[in-house]
Amino acid sequence: MGKIIVVTSGKGGVGKTTTSAAFATGLALRGFQTVVIDFDVGLRNLDLIMGCERRVVYDFVNVINGEGNLNQALIKDKRVDSLYILPASQTRDKEALSIKGVARVLEALKKRFEYIICDSPAGIEHGAIMAMYFADEAIITTNPEVSSVRDSDRIIGMLSSKTRRAAQNLQPVKEHLLVTRYITKRVSRGDMLSVDDIQEILAIPLLGVIPESPSVLQASNSGIPVTLDEKSNAGQAYLDAVARFLGEEPTSKKSGFLNRLFGK
Amino acid sequence: MGIFSYFQHSKRTASVAKERLQIIVTHERHLRNSPKLSYLPLLQQELLEVVRKYVSVREEHIKVNIEKTGDYEILEVNVTLPDREEHIKA
Repeated sequence: MGKIIVVTSGKGGVGKTTTSAAFATGLALRGFQTVVIDFDVGLRNLDLIMGCERRVVYDFVNVINGEGNLNQALIKDKRVDSLYILPASQTRDKEALSIKGVARVLEALKKRFEYIICDSPAGIEHGAIMAMYFADEAIITTNPEVSSVRDSDRIIGMLSSKTRRAAQNLQPVKEHLLVTRYITKRVSRGDMLSVDDIQEILAIPLLGVIPESPSVLQASNSGIPVTLDEKSNAGQAYLDAVARFLGEEPTSKKSGFLNRLFGK
Repeated sequence: MGIFSYFQHSKRTASVAKERLQIIVTHERHLRNSPKLSYLPLLQQELLEVVRKYVSVREEHIKVNIEKTGDYEILEVNVTLPDREEHIKA
């Protein structure tokens, strides 16, 4: 049975969709059957980041409403074998995601995929709650910036109160901190929050640190998940995060991703 | 002293950010973890009615708050009385 992972943040523009695309691609590159779902109904964008925007016929809401079946809506990635995308509807609003409908689709996906990545919309309203509700694990995407850290804390609170695991008194959603848009130089100058600062405030385990990198914009310009760009340091950092997620000590030496980050 | 002096780093802004975040995040966690306070507005309203039997006060002069300290909670009621005697009803 597949594992459901929500990529969430509260604040918009911190890199949820970039992370969802990069992380899902990273898992699929490891051979896992992976699907990434866009929960941002009305503001669909995962399709653009994944480069499959012209292949969208049926979407998540169509499947929930029975207007199309799951096989019609799932888009198979052309680059990575075991990777699929379930796009959001562009013409509906977030209320179209009913809890029963989402449950039904996720149950079906769990039988077929090992990892189900849910790309959450920004905010703390219905769409964001639907994205996190059935999650087993959560990647909390945070920028080294006060508003992002505060919103992440708010989201962490919601993960422990507004999810199925909370409602049914199950083991809590496993949380992972992913710091994105990190600029080591500014941190050492003292004008950007450090990973340690952020981790101290949010008090959840660190999954990875993604450096600010021009390759992220270049990747999204071209519709290629950044993990497919072998030269990108951000892509490498995402692959390290995937390795950590899978319980490995990433790359060469100890704390490989930090070494890479600090250019050691 | 122009406004630009605000940006002269007597203290590095990252540590300012950290301090501010620690304070606000702690405060907001505390609010989240407080017991359901849905009865507070009604309690405030009824207290106001009782106080008004004796003293003329406006709604904003009564503040009702619950503070959680360790294992126990404190119900705090603050009534600001008007300073002039004539407000006291016969």
